Amino acid sequence: MQLLELSAVDLVTAIRRGEVSAVQAAEAFLDRITKLDGSINAFLHVDRTAALARAADVDKRRREGKPLGPLAGLPVAVKDALCTSDQPTTCASKMLAGYRPPYDAHVVARLRQADAVLVGKTNMDEFAMGGSNENSAFGAVHNPWDLARAPGGSSGGSAACVAADMAPVAIGSDTGGSIRQPAGLCGITGLKPTYGRISRRGLVAFASSLDQIGPMARSAADCALVMETIAGHDPGDATSLADDVPRYTDLLEKPLTGLRIGRVPEHFGPGLDPEVAHGVEEAFAAFKAAGATIHDVELPHAKYGIATYYLVAPCEASSNLARYDGAHYGHRAESGSGHRSAAKAGGEFESPLVEMYCRSRAEGFGPEVKRRIMLGTYALSAGYYEAFYAKALRVRRLIRQDYLDAFAKVDLIGGPVSPTPAFPLGEKTSDPLAMYLVDMYTVGTNLAGIGGISFPCGFTKGGLPIGFQLQGPALSEPLLLRAADRYQQLTDWHSKRPPLPA
Amino acid sequence: MALSRQDVAKVGLLARLALSDADLDRMTGELSKIVGFVSQLEELDTAQAAPLAHPLDTQNVFRADEPKPSLTTEQALQSTPRHDGSCFLVPAVLGESGAA
Repeated sequence: MQLLELSAVDLVTAIRRGEVSAVQAAEAFLDRITKLDGSINAFLHVDRTAALARAADVDKRRREGKPLGPLAGLPVAVKDALCTSDQPTTCASKMLAGYRPPYDAHVVARLRQADAVLVGKTNMDEFAMGGSNENSAFGAVHNPWDLARAPGGSSGGSAACVAADMAPVAIGSDTGGSIRQPAGLCGITGLKPTYGRISRRGLVAFASSLDQIGPMARSAADCALVMETIAGHDPGDATSLADDVPRYTDLLEKPLTGLRIGRVPEHFGPGLDPEVAHGVEEAFAAFKAAGATIHDVELPHAKYGIATYYLVAPCEASSNLARYDGAHYGHRAESGSGHRSAAKAGGEFESPLVEMYCRSRAEGFGPEVKRRIMLGTYALSAGYYEAFYAKALRVRRLIRQDYLDAFAKVDLIGGPVSPTPAFPLGEKTSDPLAMYLVDMYTVGTNLAGIGGISFPCGFTKGGLPIGFQLQGPALSEPLLLRAADRYQQLTDWHSKRPPLPA
Repeated sequence: MALSRQDVAKVGLLARLALSDADLDRMTGELSKIVGFVSQLEELDTAQAAPLAHPLDTQNVFRADEPKPSLTTEQALQSTPRHDGSCFLVPAVLGESGAA
């Protein structure tokens, strides 16, 4: 059990010193997965044999005195939205069931180069569309703090596996809050880096101007360690930033004296759970005690964030997901599947090819993915493009300008991650719009392309984690990680463990 | 803002999604509700705001126009539902016969 509770930083150090072997570490986490994941469902694929072989190779090279990468022997779980050439990549969709990518995502390749040990692929909302992980075609994930509740989404499997000690760190992706919200609901730390900080090559595309990969771990220091490996320029992603990658782990210790943190009064309006509000205010008080100053700031267009996001993201998704056509890879419908075209009078398709497209997509995609493809297709269609898509892009400009104005006055903006703690499975599945509102505090970060981090700041009386979010300007990851790390040096919320079997 | 069943059927064809009658009924209601919600953006004056399609101010990014390795045919076809070893096979584009 002790091995499972080591921080990633300490585990990597222990392996490098030979106090723990990489095989011991891999076995400990793989055994934990075997024991617990039947009740949590955080993993879609676990490759025990490959992980142990990889770990044995790390141990062998260490014994031979050969050079090892910075994450040598560290078990890492990867969201199933990232391509892995040696494991299936499904995006939790029937459309990609059994799909084997011909290449590794850039982030996966970097993890391998750093000698990390990939233990498996984590469950998620289908194509990363959802805030509860209930949209997975392979079953919902259960929150380790209360198995009857959702872990959040879309990176719900990544959050739950870290919270349940089934992996010390996991990789997630965040298009509107999909790293920060599940991290908040599962009591772990998750960083959504600045757009472009980490290459998206090999991340199955959802909304390309919003998607960003990031680390999820039990502490900010562990996120900083992983960032040093996965951040940086990649010629294979034209939107990846060329800026140098700082040594994040060396930049954590400076005190917060003089740090200006913004507080948005509207974040504390109706809809915010009182226990969450209390936990968040306590965190502001802790930052103040640590030397920061708190200032009210305005984000006047933040209330339009959800409406803007649910136009921009579905429009991009409808275009990105057009690639799933049954011809190149993924699910293909056999003829005579029982669907008929509702689009043309008489139920006829214009050609056998179009019929194959329409049926393959109808069978392969789940309800939320279809809804978003439909919404995006509608908002981009002739006669509606200006009123919906172009309008949303104009409001996106206003939302980004709000942040630029606020960051002229403060260094970071603090607040809740989500309006409630983890909600019961099934509570919001019949009301898509209610599910969309769980992203109300997180979508602005993605629309503006800036950075955000979420970490635990307390618990409800019922024992559910409460998350705190910090947002910072573009490339403020060193400050976001430092502020969260300083907070975690003063508090112990991040070291609480859910009530699971030892 | 209400969408008609016909609107939804047309979007279904544009999106290449075969929709059953039950799908059409459900989606007409759901999409009307969501479109009604996002229509709140109408109340904002955005005349002075240029559309922001992308958060970065980067311009076109070019690489040197040099040949480099890419996927082999075998790799490209490894997850293809129907192929003949060198091409993707699809049903007829024109006419009813020849579905692969």
